[in-house]
Amino acid sequence: MTTDTTTKTPEAAAAAPPGPTPEKKRAAQSHRRLLTRRDRITLALMAGVPTILHVALVWVTAIASIFLAFTTWDGIGFDSIKWVGLDNFTQLFNDNPQFWPAVQHNIVWFVVLILIPTPFGLFLAVQLDKKIRFSRVYQTAFFLPVVISMACIGFVWQLVYNPDTGLINSIIGANKPGHYIDWIGDPHLNLWAVLIAASWRHAGYMMILYLAGLKSVDPSLREASALDGANEWQTFKNVIFPTLRPTNTVVLVVTIIEALRAFDLVFVFNKGAQGTELLSILVTNNIIGESSRIGYGSAIAVVLLVISLAVIIPYLIATFRKERRA
Amino acid sequence: MSSTTLPLKRRAPIRPARALLHVFLAGTALAWLAPLLWAVYSALRPYSETSTKGYVSWPDKLTFENFTNAFKQSDMLHYFGNTLIIAVPAVLLTLFLSSCVAFYVSRFDFRLNLALLLVFTAGNLLPQQVIITPLYRLYLLTNLPGITASGKLYDSALGLVLIHVAFQSGFCAFVLSNYMRSLPHELTEAALVDGASVWRLYWQITLPLCKPAMAALATLLSIWIYNDFFWALVLISTGENMPITSALNNLSGQYFTDPNLVAAGSLLTAIPTLIVYFALQRQFVNGLTLGSSKG
Repeated sequence: MTTDTTTKTPEAAAAAPPGPTPEKKRAAQSHRRLLTRRDRITLALMAGVPTILHVALVWVTAIASIFLAFTTWDGIGFDSIKWVGLDNFTQLFNDNPQFWPAVQHNIVWFVVLILIPTPFGLFLAVQLDKKIRFSRVYQTAFFLPVVISMACIGFVWQLVYNPDTGLINSIIGANKPGHYIDWIGDPHLNLWAVLIAASWRHAGYMMILYLAGLKSVDPSLREASALDGANEWQTFKNVIFPTLRPTNTVVLVVTIIEALRAFDLVFVFNKGAQGTELLSILVTNNIIGESSRIGYGSAIAVVLLVISLAVIIPYLIATFRKERRA
Repeated sequence: MSSTTLPLKRRAPIRPARALLHVFLAGTALAWLAPLLWAVYSALRPYSETSTKGYVSWPDKLTFENFTNAFKQSDMLHYFGNTLIIAVPAVLLTLFLSSCVAFYVSRFDFRLNLALLLVFTAGNLLPQQVIITPLYRLYLLTNLPGITASGKLYDSALGLVLIHVAFQSGFCAFVLSNYMRSLPHELTEAALVDGASVWRLYWQITLPLCKPAMAALATLLSIWIYNDFFWALVLISTGENMPITSALNNLSGQYFTDPNLVAAGSLLTAIPTLIVYFALQRQFVNGLTLGSSKG
């Protein structure tokens, strides 16, 4: 089942310019001649063992997901696996009341993260990059949510959102029966309530990535632009931001992946009930819920896989192409 | 950093813009910490008091009772132990195996290198739910009588260790291979010509040079694996075997009528990560940006 390795190779080939430079090749050949039999075995083990583990648990299962998506299976014996073609997908697209809302919520999740906490994280990074006093303290405050588990964050925010004991309702006086604002239960509100908690965490994460990006900006660029009489905003817009391109790519990819992976927070909040459905939750419900519809759950996973690969593949091609050139 | 051309401007003692910036940053930082501080405040108050006076009220008394109760009643020590049994081997194995792959990929110019690294890196970027259904079945089907308490890979610490290692080694292999590639080639070449074995090149020459990257990754991995919620939720069925984060989920189900206790419990689970973070802040941040700086 190493088909994935071969399906990956065309990309690798596309990513890499044909063949290493002659000099490198020579070095490699001389390497090879120097290796003893034992060295070769050591090397094979060093690369082989981790690869087998990774491929078996990650890629073989991902491919098994694709296969199972076209079947029905009760999970008991292998002989009960039945090929049903696209049935699972047609059911999913046409009859599942949770599917399209979940897709929509995943998209909303991404759009919100990229539009609100990401620019805010960049803004914070730019401010903290000014070598101000207490910078470390501020950084720690913004970054703390990233260190804490998502599950824990879910519990902490429940203390804020709880209809009768939560902070918000207590302050605005909506904690009496009849006046409840049900931040967690109301399907019009709960997605936004979760997203606030998610954004709270995301901003700190983005801040750190941008801080690292800003640190690598050549200081002479700043000086040159100051000498040219550019103000702070002009310098940022025309000089600093364009140099942050590599960071922006990483930020974009991280944000998309986070939006697709979103799970813990919602699960702790309300188990993805009305209003907060997500693809990841639908897949999980097929496993830990009562109805174990393996083929059907796999079909949802395949949708998730296809969307993820649409992001992962271009990103990796770009990254590895650069690396080859370097 | 500090430019020599503009020393006067930098030194200017009080600038209104700077002061404003501090006010803004301090205010935002406080707002950022507010949910956590609120959790601490709630956890410090007895349930009897908040149920009569309401949560937004001046405290009559603040105690650590909720913390000690949460700790004892939910047998937290046991779950911390479970986490330790999973996280320590997982972190060590991930570092070991991914550094092996990274060494292979970065030091030897075999043809499959790029494909191999692609497979690892891409694997780590997949959402966990893409692979969970078959993985769950695989774990149920794998019989390990006598090796794990459950007799299967399912519902065992070993199962969690394996999936953590498999999944996280993608990221680590990518980061470490970048790091190793930046080490001078002459170093290993010379040793190889001198007749050193491949293992020696890895263990005695390359690995010691990778210490900074390894330390950063170790910090990052400990926090990630400690914080894991999803794998344990699906792949562990017995409450007894759960690591701390998913055990907390059970606790909150049990004590949902006492939010103060739940607050205390969740804060307790966050303490180890906070300690690691404050002790190794630099490593942690370095680790996070190692993967992205090259991208």
